[in-house]
Amino acid sequence: MFAPLTWFLVALALLAMVYAVVLAARDKRIDWPVLGAVGVVEVALLAQLVVGIVQLSGTERDVSGPFFVGYLVGSLIILPIGAFWALAESSRWGAGALAVACLVIPILELRLHDLWAV
Amino acid sequence: MTDPAATKHGPGRILIAVYGVFALAATARAGVQIATKFGDAPIAYLLSAVAAVIYCAATFALAKATVVSRKVATVAIAIELAGVIGIGAFSYAVPDDFPDATVWSHFGQGYGFVPLVLPVLGLLWLRRTR
Repeated sequence: MFAPLTWFLVALALLAMVYAVVLAARDKRIDWPVLGAVGVVEVALLAQLVVGIVQLSGTERDVSGPFFVGYLVGSLIILPIGAFWALAESSRWGAGALAVACLVIPILELRLHDLWAV
Repeated sequence: MTDPAATKHGPGRILIAVYGVFALAATARAGVQIATKFGDAPIAYLLSAVAAVIYCAATFALAKATVVSRKVATVAIAIELAGVIGIGAFSYAVPDDFPDATVWSHFGQGYGFVPLVLPVLGLLWLRRTR
């Protein structure tokens, strides 16, 4: 766990968050570049779910399985709902809402890291 | 009287996004706790479930943004505020009953104290869009 894949998706999620904040600050709605970035993060999260479950099944570590898989699965629904919620708002605050969703991803990854490190 | 739909637009968009995150986090947390180790701390886990229900109610009521749902949101958020203060104080007073944290333990410390700030912002926002 915590392979380059995780670093990649955390970095991209933070980048998307900063970009969304800039959009909101400039009174813009969310655009295709930020949605594209969020889409790539989502694909990376899907890949991480598979990698995570495979690694969990093979590890000697005392990792709490239900919580670990819960975080892996839970992380998948944040961005689609966030993007939907942002798209349905015709003001800068939609971009702000997407920034919140993007911020959740690194937090979840941090919790996953803590669960794995125990 | 302003349009009740104002509740879900503007800054409310971000407020509801944060509520949604907590609804999800609290529901998932309570679900896993109750399903896997309910016997360890039944009081804490039941309170986790109550918190989850409150967060879900507040999220949907704020997002629906009708005259009636705004009332539901106000009640839910008031309970939330009472909950985080009550459980927060109780978790310091009687730590033995809380071997495993709920969302509201220690005033939401495990969640960056966001659970303490969120209901205040929620009530202010409801008043602002009244």
